[in-house]
Amino acid sequence: MSLDTPKFSELDAMYDVENAKVATEMYEDPALFKEEMDKIFKKTWVFVAHESEFPDKGSFKLSHVGLDPVIVVRDRKGTIHCMVNRCRHRAATVCEVKKGKTSSFQCPYHGWGYGLDGSLRAVPYPEQYGDDFDKSQHGMLKLRTESFEGMVFATFNYDAEPLVDFLGPEVCRYMTLFMKQGGGFPVKVIGEHQFSVPMNWKVQLENTTDAYHFPIVHKSFMQTLDEKTEDLFAFMDKNEGWVEDLGNGHSIMMMMPSREDLDERMDDPIEPRFEWLAEEIRKEGYSEEQVKRIVLAVGGPGFNMNLFPNVSFSLSFFRVLTPVSVDQTDIRHMALGMDGGPQIANQTRLRLHEHFQGPMGFGSPDDAEVWERVQRGTQGGEELKILVNRGMVDEEPGVMGPRGHVSAETGMRAAYGMWKRMMDEGANDV
Amino acid sequence: MFDTSTSSTDLLTEVTAFLWKEADILDRKAYDAWLELWLTEGLYILPMGDGEDYENQLNLCYDDDKMRRMRIDRFNRGFSISSAPAADTVRTVSRIVIDSVDGEAIKVRAAQHVIEDKFGRQRIWAADVFFTLKKTEDGFLIERKIAKLLNSGGMLNSFSYLF
Ligand code: FES
Ligand SMILES: [Fe+2]
Repeated sequence: MSLDTPKFSELDAMYDVENAKVATEMYEDPALFKEEMDKIFKKTWVFVAHESEFPDKGSFKLSHVGLDPVIVVRDRKGTIHCMVNRCRHRAATVCEVKKGKTSSFQCPYHGWGYGLDGSLRAVPYPEQYGDDFDKSQHGMLKLRTESFEGMVFATFNYDAEPLVDFLGPEVCRYMTLFMKQGGGFPVKVIGEHQFSVPMNWKVQLENTTDAYHFPIVHKSFMQTLDEKTEDLFAFMDKNEGWVEDLGNGHSIMMMMPSREDLDERMDDPIEPRFEWLAEEIRKEGYSEEQVKRIVLAVGGPGFNMNLFPNVSFSLSFFRVLTPVSVDQTDIRHMALGMDGGPQIANQTRLRLHEHFQGPMGFGSPDDAEVWERVQRGTQGGEELKILVNRGMVDEEPGVMGPRGHVSAETGMRAAYGMWKRMMDEGANDV
Repeated sequence: MFDTSTSSTDLLTEVTAFLWKEADILDRKAYDAWLELWLTEGLYILPMGDGEDYENQLNLCYDDDKMRRMRIDRFNRGFSISSAPAADTVRTVSRIVIDSVDGEAIKVRAAQHVIEDKFGRQRIWAADVFFTLKKTEDGFLIERKIAKLLNSGGMLNSFSYLF
């Protein structure tokens, strides 16, 4: 054990579990941010890409694991690799194309060449390195990579538990249910909105299973919906839904329990708002059963799920956060479609996504505004606490952890509980 | 050669006056007046990246008449926290080029620079703007407007105003 006291051994002051109070420094302290990058983003599974974004052998995309820029790529055998986008010679990025297809990566500076698995293949004019230069010791820095339901996660931590253990059985079950919005086709990423927000990453981590903000922040979105759809989003008033801690910092917000499993809605009549769409799909020769399944899929499932630390499933899209600095976070909203499904269905999904999401959506800009307001607000009253205690009054035990009212802050407590566990690990190591 | 009765210089002057009028309306956020500049079948699109199959790709916005009106309604009603108040903007439109004139339809492209200010923080945005204008008895109306932001397919911020 070293004599240095770990700087944030006072974790109880950062997050008071019993009273569910978060310290202001959690959003504001640059040293704490740095420690989070080491103890969380370098230690656990981080979402990097969906398999449909790089579907072929040799296709790749750039992503991040915490602050580290990475390349996610499929080799000739279809195996997925993830490595830090940095040449082992003098650190130049080996790739600046966001997405594409290649047979190898060549550093633009002195020409070191890497295979799709990150191994060093070629060094121009190698003589000056001498005979004992070992290429196998100079491959790109590799991360461990595992997938579930097409979602690719990577970690720097070779001792981390298997991905599915980290996700846990309930998250895995809900992920499978979420993917039913493929409507019988594989789920495919069909575009993504990206916007950067001056906020700490945890402000975002709190948000995806926060139903409490919805009727306030998204009132102007609700006002643009027809009555039936507006009713669908009125989950706060109905008291049917719930929020549940799913273990390891993950949580689910079930807004429309009737849409937990889309297959169970197959006997329902088609929603009036999608009658026209059903008609269009029928015209393309799909069976009535398929028409139903596809139209249900367009409507999406009825829940949001947040995975610690950086990805969430939000009704019909993926939301990914990338921490940039203590008060800056990049957000990506990935639109999902049906790979090989009817064009009109995918067009409808695109238009629905544009309606709410992204820099000019009717929802995201209002989210971004309030997130920034949190960051601005925490510049004052440092001694005050952020309250995440809503709904503790009547929480009950769920399958994996506590379950509360749909507007309870159970999801935030789950995330902060995990945050504390991870920040505590290794506190007494050398 | 332009198959129109006016000379190309006159046409450029008329088109420029229209584009400047629109820019002024947008900076003043006189959105009801902006809606008046459109043909009902008009499309207002902010694409992402280089693709041009706007209907089949994800855009920042893809507004037909209905979406356009809802967007403006949302701005006007005052319930959207990001647009109440919205960022202030000052924009210039320049480098106006008339690409083609086909009967009443005129294709124009221009550069647009927008500086926004909110919370005392200023951001700069640049866009290539492509218009299809229709000459009518009441002057020009917009049939199509496509604003391609620089880095449109990359990391942006959220917008509480129009380009
Ligand atoms: S930095 Fe990559 S080859 Fe020199
Ligand atoms: Fe929201």
